[in-house]
Amino acid sequence: MIPGCIRSLSRQSSHRNYGSWSKVASLFSSRKNNYATEASFETKPFRLHKLDSGPSTHVSVTKEDALKLYKQLHTIRRMETAAGNLYKEKIVRGFCHLYSGQEACAVGIKAALRDQDSVITAYRAHGWTYLMGIDPVGVLAELTGRQSGNARGKGGSMHMYARNFYGGNGIVGAQVPLGTGIAFAHKYQNTGGVCVALYGDGAANQGQIFEVYNIAKLWDLPCIFVCENNGYGMGTSVERASASTEYYTRGDYVPGIWVDGMDVLAVREASRFAVDHCTSGKGPIVMETATYRYSGHSMSDPGTSYRTREEIQEVRQTRDPITSFKERILNANLVSAEELKKLESEIRKTVDDAVKIAKADKEIPLNELTTDIYAECLETEIRNTTPFNPLSHARLGPAVNI
Amino acid sequence: MLTSAVRGIARRSFSTSKCSAVQQMTVRDALNSALDEEMEKDERVFLLGEEVALYDGAYKVSRGLWKKYGEKRVIDTPITEAGFCGIAVGAAMAGLRPVCEFMTFNFSMQAIDQIINSAAKTFYMSAGKVNVPIVFRGPNGAAAGVGAQHSQCFGAWYSHCPGLKVISPYNSEDAKGLLKAAIRDPDPVVVLENELLYGVQYPMSDEALSKDFVLPIGKAKIERVGKHITLVAHSKAVELALEAANELAGKGIEAEVINLRSLRPLDINTVVQSVAKTHHVVTVEQGWPQCGIGAEISARISESEAFFHLDSPVIRVTGVDGPMPYTKSLEAVALPQTPDVILAVNKVLGVSQ
Repeated sequence: MIPGCIRSLSRQSSHRNYGSWSKVASLFSSRKNNYATEASFETKPFRLHKLDSGPSTHVSVTKEDALKLYKQLHTIRRMETAAGNLYKEKIVRGFCHLYSGQEACAVGIKAALRDQDSVITAYRAHGWTYLMGIDPVGVLAELTGRQSGNARGKGGSMHMYARNFYGGNGIVGAQVPLGTGIAFAHKYQNTGGVCVALYGDGAANQGQIFEVYNIAKLWDLPCIFVCENNGYGMGTSVERASASTEYYTRGDYVPGIWVDGMDVLAVREASRFAVDHCTSGKGPIVMETATYRYSGHSMSDPGTSYRTREEIQEVRQTRDPITSFKERILNANLVSAEELKKLESEIRKTVDDAVKIAKADKEIPLNELTTDIYAECLETEIRNTTPFNPLSHARLGPAVNI
Repeated sequence: MLTSAVRGIARRSFSTSKCSAVQQMTVRDALNSALDEEMEKDERVFLLGEEVALYDGAYKVSRGLWKKYGEKRVIDTPITEAGFCGIAVGAAMAGLRPVCEFMTFNFSMQAIDQIINSAAKTFYMSAGKVNVPIVFRGPNGAAAGVGAQHSQCFGAWYSHCPGLKVISPYNSEDAKGLLKAAIRDPDPVVVLENELLYGVQYPMSDEALSKDFVLPIGKAKIERVGKHITLVAHSKAVELALEAANELAGKGIEAEVINLRSLRPLDINTVVQSVAKTHHVVTVEQGWPQCGIGAEISARISESEAFFHLDSPVIRVTGVDGPMPYTKSLEAVALPQTPDVILAVNKVLGVSQ
């Protein structure tokens, strides 16, 4: 179809393939200051499984949307860089899994979701938390374990929540049945919504995922299973972990679609298609987003024992989801360099300010140790480390399911 | 309070309900009516599990519900516990009130991650945002002739975990009142039923027959009043304690029998008050001894003022500390029997047999 794109479908063979994007129609009728209000591009072909037709590879974006997408992509990158630094300063403790390199997956999917749709993801949850409505302070202060954090600092890196966003989950693969259950609730309550349940290529081999592929298809649940294939489950490459690395086909009887996860517009297009598929009563769909993680699996992993620095460098230079999107919208005259620069400096300020708050903020008082263990606590007291000084239970959060 | 008339009506029951015109009901029917009433009351309540719909439930607890409520609300699942249990937890997070049936709690081990890590901890991890109103229920404990993998009590396992509530009903009133409370509760509740008690009839008071009948989670019930020794039990072991108490009464020993009803919260106050009166305790359970319910009660007594009321150590009567054999004669002695309880009581009281 677009030979120049097909050329470099696989991760390994990637060259500057975003450069091969065809700017099909960058100039539309209403021009102001020589800038377009909408531009169209060709994406890499989608790969389909058990689908007669897929989304169009011809995608367009308005100036307004382009700026919004860019803002989201850049904010996540900036926030993750800040998170990494906070970790190195030993202010963030324990786990910290960075999303840098994978931003286009979340941003593209979010752009296709409606108000009634839900999301649940794995432990790499910072970017999604921000996209689902939590500001950088809520994310970064959660990482530093302070009271302005999304879960008042009690959840940590992997446990953040928002309206229609059911977390972060620290157990590899466990969020996928939960997401299927959220999709079940959408259907049961006739909300018209879908649930996006995300997992990595590592989790893709978990048995419970196959269990819920089966149930979701059997019951036609509006669930979009998204496998973010970043090439490695911790330090094990997909080839060393999966007998089939065609993750979009691994739902077997569940239709699937492969999309270039470094291309935010392609992800948005595929996600719109997936939402339409689910809401038309056809049941679930699997979407594999081919992406890459720049950082190690977590902060304790330098990320270089199982892959080369050159490989990371090459992806950064040739496939980076932010640089490529920036070049496209600049080349299409959709936005000006000045506009992006202004946006970037606003984002830098927002994130820098958030970092300051996340560092300076207080931790919650000690009595919150035993707050919100139960929505309705029936224990008369909560046992302390010794029986001589029992603690009392308190309620603080809104408990949305009373 | 107890009369021989009550015993005559229901040999195994020492309910304090009035003995005249008391209706009998099996535990199975009591559970069924609890499900029925709560489904009728709240559209968000639905039942899912293996064979709960067309088959009417592997143990017929859900008999008739599929016909009455349809496939939207009574849902057969494939035999994939991690999958359907996770789906149930997710549905609860998103505002529904699932009742997730395990054909037996032995199979819940396939899904225990979703019970502990997803259901029990999410409310805390989300700083009180996402509570998970779900019920996990099914038969628990040793059945008969089903071997090691199907004969196990999970009371200790689940009651270990903060964030969960765990109930272990004994008779029909317990079963109905506690299951209804569990379904209405905003937190995850594990309901440990006993397979061997499903078919047993117990008296149901007029109050218990009412749609408004709900028992409080976390409150024990004194099944029999006594002054010489306290027997603390849950589930089918309550029957054992009552039988032992009956026999002991013939020798002039009045045992107070406490039916825990809930394992978490554990109503230690009722135990402590009883100990203050009797000065002696024997715990009775079918589960294994190590880190068991009896072990917990013993520790809680040691840590409370009740310790100073004791005239002798707390003794546990438990299942034998080994897997359950299929062999009939061995199976019988793997579980505590009435003579075991009597032996323990005699030892504690220093009575020669």
